[in-house]
Amino acid sequence: MALGKSIRRVEAKAKVTGKVDYVMNMTMPEMLHVKLLRSTIPHGKIKNIDKRAAEEIEGVIKVVTGEDLQKLDINYYYGPAFRDQPVIAIDKVRYVGDPVAAVIAESVEIAAKAVNYIEVEYEEFEPVFQVLDAMKEDAPIVHDTIRPAGSFADLKSLLPKSGSNICLHYKLRHGDIEKGFEEADHIFEDTFTTPAAVHLPMEQHVALAYLDAEERMNIWTANQSPSFVRSEVSHVLKLPESKVRVRVPYLGGGFGTKLYVKIEALTAVLALIVKKPVKLALTMDEVFITLTKHATVFTLKTGVTNDGKIVARKCTVAWDTGAYADIGPRITQKSGFTAAGPYDIPHVQIDSYCVYTNNAPAGAFRGFGIPQLVWAYESQMDIIADKMGWDPLEFRKSQVLIEGKEHATGQIMNSIGFGEILEKIDDRLDWKTYRSTAKQPDQQNPRIRGRGMAIGLKAVLTPSISGAVVTLFADGSASVYSSTVDMGQGSDTILGQIAAEVLGLPSDKVRVVHPDTDVTPYDTITAASRSTFYMGNAIQKAAEDVKRQLFEFVSEYYEVSSEELELKDEAIFVRNEPDKKLAITEVIKKIFKMPAGSIIGRYVFESHYQSPDPETGQSDDVAIFWFAGGTAVEIEVDRETGKIDILNMVSLGDVGKAINPFQVHQQLYGAAIMQIGQALFEECKYDHGQMINASMADYKVPTFKDLPARSETIIVEDPHPEGPFGAKGVGETASFGVQPAIANALHDALGVRIKDMPLTPERVLAAIKEAEESSNSRQKVSVTNEAKGER
Amino acid sequence: MKRQIQFTLNGKPVTADVAPHETLLDLLRDTFQLTGAKETCGLGLCGVCTVLVSGKPVSGCLHFASSIDGEEIVTIEGLETEEGLHPIQEAFYEQKAFQCGYCTPGMILMAKKLLEENPNPTEDEIKDYMVGNICRCASYAQIFAAIQEAASLLKQEKVKL
Repeated sequence: MALGKSIRRVEAKAKVTGKVDYVMNMTMPEMLHVKLLRSTIPHGKIKNIDKRAAEEIEGVIKVVTGEDLQKLDINYYYGPAFRDQPVIAIDKVRYVGDPVAAVIAESVEIAAKAVNYIEVEYEEFEPVFQVLDAMKEDAPIVHDTIRPAGSFADLKSLLPKSGSNICLHYKLRHGDIEKGFEEADHIFEDTFTTPAAVHLPMEQHVALAYLDAEERMNIWTANQSPSFVRSEVSHVLKLPESKVRVRVPYLGGGFGTKLYVKIEALTAVLALIVKKPVKLALTMDEVFITLTKHATVFTLKTGVTNDGKIVARKCTVAWDTGAYADIGPRITQKSGFTAAGPYDIPHVQIDSYCVYTNNAPAGAFRGFGIPQLVWAYESQMDIIADKMGWDPLEFRKSQVLIEGKEHATGQIMNSIGFGEILEKIDDRLDWKTYRSTAKQPDQQNPRIRGRGMAIGLKAVLTPSISGAVVTLFADGSASVYSSTVDMGQGSDTILGQIAAEVLGLPSDKVRVVHPDTDVTPYDTITAASRSTFYMGNAIQKAAEDVKRQLFEFVSEYYEVSSEELELKDEAIFVRNEPDKKLAITEVIKKIFKMPAGSIIGRYVFESHYQSPDPETGQSDDVAIFWFAGGTAVEIEVDRETGKIDILNMVSLGDVGKAINPFQVHQQLYGAAIMQIGQALFEECKYDHGQMINASMADYKVPTFKDLPARSETIIVEDPHPEGPFGAKGVGETASFGVQPAIANALHDALGVRIKDMPLTPERVLAAIKEAEESSNSRQKVSVTNEAKGER
Repeated sequence: MKRQIQFTLNGKPVTADVAPHETLLDLLRDTFQLTGAKETCGLGLCGVCTVLVSGKPVSGCLHFASSIDGEEIVTIEGLETEEGLHPIQEAFYEQKAFQCGYCTPGMILMAKKLLEENPNPTEDEIKDYMVGNICRCASYAQIFAAIQEAASLLKQEKVKL
């Protein structure tokens, strides 16, 4: 049995000896290097580029600008939702950092030097930086026209509006929102914000492209979506997909920033121009401005009755997608439709807007917009419970979406473990005892403790496709051909475990072949926590195809039906007849009449899906499965410094079935720690469109010193009927609730409510001060001394 | 203007011609094809390019190659011997203390120096010492466990000697 075991990663030894082949390590004979000149203004027209001085530098092969590209017979624009991003700026620049010219040189140093000798003359246009400003009718327009890409089925129905920065308005209408608010006894309205943040995988974006002897474009890239890179590069170069080969080895992290096309189209075009291998490796400061997490403004209006029922919720979410839409439209829709939270609410209205600005582009970031939404709705759950005097846990429990309940999209929920998650939060926080014990803060001690919780819901990317081939060799070993990228999540290991389980092989006899579009079948993307479910399904069924072929032969051989056969421990035998048994190797030998040949199984897994109504967002089948996640924390906040320390963090995720429990725990923990950074300190700061902390010196991510003193990860298994062995996914589940759980614990500790992320010491101190001032002004003279004593 | 330097690299004497601005990291990666150490932040703040210069961990991205004349350089590639993995590698392997693996060589070399200085580190001492090595996948919990296991493996090894 390979399944359910925490086997070691297949590449473990290579990782501790430093021998993993990352793209960053790759070189080729005659390889040239690239450095980019990037826009210094947020919005404007390129009037002139003088590259003569740069091209005269020894070792510089060529400087390529938009003007050079216009001489080529290529498509200039690419993108997963809208083809709005030029290979290199052609007429206009839209953010500080937009690539304007590419220097191709014999070394990185020469290319970097030459960049400084390029002169660019701009005509500046008025920029727009705030998402709400960009939505106004008289706002400067970032894109004059928008071209839908049509690459993905779920994005075909999106109708962009030209002449506006709102590139997508997603609508959900469920029940009758006005009637709902009439039924409500109390109405709460709050606005929450989150800032842009960055992924910062330890390996930067890097690609190596060359034309081979057949004049096919070959690309090695650190990318999470090789199949998409192939189709998009073939679109850009006007080549058939069979003439573009994309290969991906192990990645040094991804977290969403290496999805779709980032630098691949440009690198390929440069290789086409110079007809030599070209490598483009970004530096970390460039990674910051290549893709960010969407900044959001989310206004939530919620109606509740006196008996504790949410009857109406109106959600207005604005997503700052920056200068290029990237996958923002999908986030706006697919995460947008969960904006009302995992609750059974009869009347829901959601308006979710994807908005262009002149900031760095925003796209997928582990959690895919869900953490921004959970931040708002789970903060408001506690605001309501506090105001109404309700227990926040009971308030959630009484209306959480469980099996059989209807989601606001109209879909009936299944395999959704919120019941168990809330029970475990209750238990781990010792909630009932904690709630019933009166708090007696020590007025002398500046450090105050508090507890908080949050739960969140995400829909998996639907529809999508994963194809797999499983080949069983004559010696009884097998290869799995899959385009899933192992970026550190351990997919090579668990996908191999799934194949080994079906084929009755020890897991070390199965190897997962890395993505190579010449060889491995199409897969939508490695993202959205979808690979275990989608690719796992394809591999399970491809392996079953191999097994079926073996059984076909053995059933004839023993003259029994296939139903009487079993495959276990590398052999096939007739049930209840132990002497009728053939080793897999013997079966193959008998099939081919020699100890050679291979058995090939294949499967393409496609999800069922019903496109939501464009006006109401209603669909019976909008997501093939849902993720349920929860977080419980205990914090300690220092009233004098505003610093929050996490004493205990419990992360819970319903994963359906844990194929490799250790790796599931690692994913839950990793996602939660990443969110601690987002909750407490991570934020991209801009000054007139320039990201001013775009360096690891100024932008801090969680280190050994930022970890919770104690932490626990809890796997909940509510098996999914269509998942491989019941499995769903896990990569993002523990990211959902961290921010509001901490904010709710902060409120529990000090009674202050912060609605803007992150919860920096400055913000906490300001909130304490504000609370004290309003409390002082209410209570006037009589308690002045006591208030002073608290400070 | 290049200058010739001589140093010991993973136990072997070597020579190299280095430019004044060349970093130790570039020298190791480009001239000696030792790619275990990598450049991430480029500022000496993330620990991914950590290598040992005469026993001391340094950020290869900030360290000038020309300054290592006569020094002993150890990289991740120099830890494994014919007898197998170094005890710290063994501990990282056993504890599965990595995800993407990009930071792992730097973590292991930093932990090596930590355990040489302090064979019995407490949890807080590990945190203080390792704070400059970042793991964005956040395998921190397993890295802790690996360093603790390595400490005990190294003690056993001393007993054997």
